[in-house]
Amino acid sequence: MEKEVAVAIDDLTVAYNYKPVLWDIDLAIPKGVLMAIVGPNGAGKSTLIKSILGIIKPIAGSVTVFGKPYTKQRKKVAYVPQKGSVDWDFPTTALDVVLMGTYGSLGWIKRPGKTQKKAALEALEKVGMLPFKNRQISQLSGGQQQRIFLARALVQNAEIYFMDEPFQGVDATTEKAIINILKALRKAGKTVVVVHHDLQTVPEYFDWVTFLNVKKIATGPVKDIFNNENLIKTYGINYQVSIQE
Amino acid sequence: MIDLVDYIEQIFSDYTFRTISIGTAVLGAVCGMLGCFAVLRKQSLLGDAISHAALPGIAIAFLITGAKDNSTLLLGALISGLLGAYWIKSITAKTHLKSDTALGLILSLFFGVGMLLLTFIQKQPNANQAGLDKYLFGQAATLLEKDIWLMIFVTVICLLVLLLFWKEFKLLLFDADYTKTLGFNIKLLDVLITSFIVIAIILGLQTVGVVLMSALLLAPAAAARQWTNSLGVMVVIAGVFGALSGVLGTGISAMQSNLSTGPVIVLVASVIVLISFVFSPSRGLLFKEIRFRKNRNDIKLHKTLAFMYDIAKSHENISHPHTIKILNNFQGYTKKSLYKLEQEGLIKIDGANWYLTEEGFYKAKNLYNQNVSLDD
Repeated sequence: MEKEVAVAIDDLTVAYNYKPVLWDIDLAIPKGVLMAIVGPNGAGKSTLIKSILGIIKPIAGSVTVFGKPYTKQRKKVAYVPQKGSVDWDFPTTALDVVLMGTYGSLGWIKRPGKTQKKAALEALEKVGMLPFKNRQISQLSGGQQQRIFLARALVQNAEIYFMDEPFQGVDATTEKAIINILKALRKAGKTVVVVHHDLQTVPEYFDWVTFLNVKKIATGPVKDIFNNENLIKTYGINYQVSIQE
Repeated sequence: MIDLVDYIEQIFSDYTFRTISIGTAVLGAVCGMLGCFAVLRKQSLLGDAISHAALPGIAIAFLITGAKDNSTLLLGALISGLLGAYWIKSITAKTHLKSDTALGLILSLFFGVGMLLLTFIQKQPNANQAGLDKYLFGQAATLLEKDIWLMIFVTVICLLVLLLFWKEFKLLLFDADYTKTLGFNIKLLDVLITSFIVIAIILGLQTVGVVLMSALLLAPAAAARQWTNSLGVMVVIAGVFGALSGVLGTGISAMQSNLSTGPVIVLVASVIVLISFVFSPSRGLLFKEIRFRKNRNDIKLHKTLAFMYDIAKSHENISHPHTIKILNNFQGYTKKSLYKLEQEGLIKIDGANWYLTEEGFYKAKNLYNQNVSLDD
């Protein structure tokens, strides 16, 4: 069965100061998959997400979302940045951060009202953070901050979710909670793309995987392509990993 | 000494004094509010660089027009300040250099050129050049009513823009990348906020001067952050602190001859920062120390209680009395700590004996169980 393509990337090339970070990436992400992007440090995983979202300007290449340029489809795309990318001592509350997820659909100047607040509270409930809604964000643990970021993306009510290392530095309980939400998103027909580090959990969590190391090594269903051959191609010859059969 | 009634009377009677007080208050308020944005964007030094970058603009404006008209000079300052800010942003965006390096470069380059031009102007034969150096440290006494109106006008515009784009500015301050993905033009927002910071600085040059201007921008904001965890409240408090610094600074310097207003305003702002850093209930050093000590004492008590629990649990009856001497082996106990435990109703002391109360037994049992709140 041929799946509808959610995100199509053609010839994407990104460089920082002449050094290529991503080289000529062609990638089609099918609709409705829960996809991991794996690769060693410096492979360009975060950069790939950031250039899809227009945060980083690529040297060449194009990105389309459901057949149209990304800039016309922003409302269908949600983003969870790395937790460390913001200052958590910023003077604001958990609820306020989640409300930021509604700003895109509100557009310029309009303020969030009752509808937005209700959506934000629901998202907080989904990630189990409702009791912390009025907490100053610096008073939250790392796992709780990650959940807040996830809730902020959920409130965007998008079709495609990009997440940059959502499992980084969270405990087992939070990891379980997050993966359950991701699986629920996939069940609802959403497309979820996750930069992921823990190779052990790839077969358990994801149904689609992309191997990346500056160039795209391979992409496809986990059961077909998540094997030693591709791991060695991506991580180098000495890399050994035990893959759950 | 400061006599408040006298002081207020003076404000309302003396025209010049009233003008200067209102001017410095409005200036302090607008700088305080905008300073919050500089501080939260981690661009605290941007203000310093911009104010120093304004100096050559003043000098060049004087060289071109040959007049000491305040508006013309400030226009020159504005252009060169904006140019400096733009260069800093370009250097950071287009080279390997980090923002602190870019700030340092532009600050010293512009200030150097400015000083060079000032010395050049002072060697000029005509008599008109005297007093240009007031822009180095400011001279509030030269504030005129039309300067005040300009300040009020700018403050009102600034407030309106802040209110209008409040949501967008907040988002940009917290998470710029995310703001971009939501489709907001962050360049436009950045230009807006930076321009307002530049304008506020230029307005302050006449009063506080190039060298100290950034303090008026940062001090109220840094102090305000200590008192609140809400951005809106922080901006309001910073505005109030700024205005207060302006009025008090003007008042203090007026009471003593030969006290420059600008430095006194900055000193008042610094005192507010100092007070805020020590006495703020949630973030202040004083209450942090108090909380630390209280925690330490609580933990000591808990240790004693845990020790008692270990002894008591070997008996069927928890109210079985034990001699106090048995605790001697344990370092954490003093007469005071026993008294404190009894006061809290956790133990009972009966002569030379003690026994755990039911409450004490329950508390000790769950001491290290995080799922039971001990305060209930």
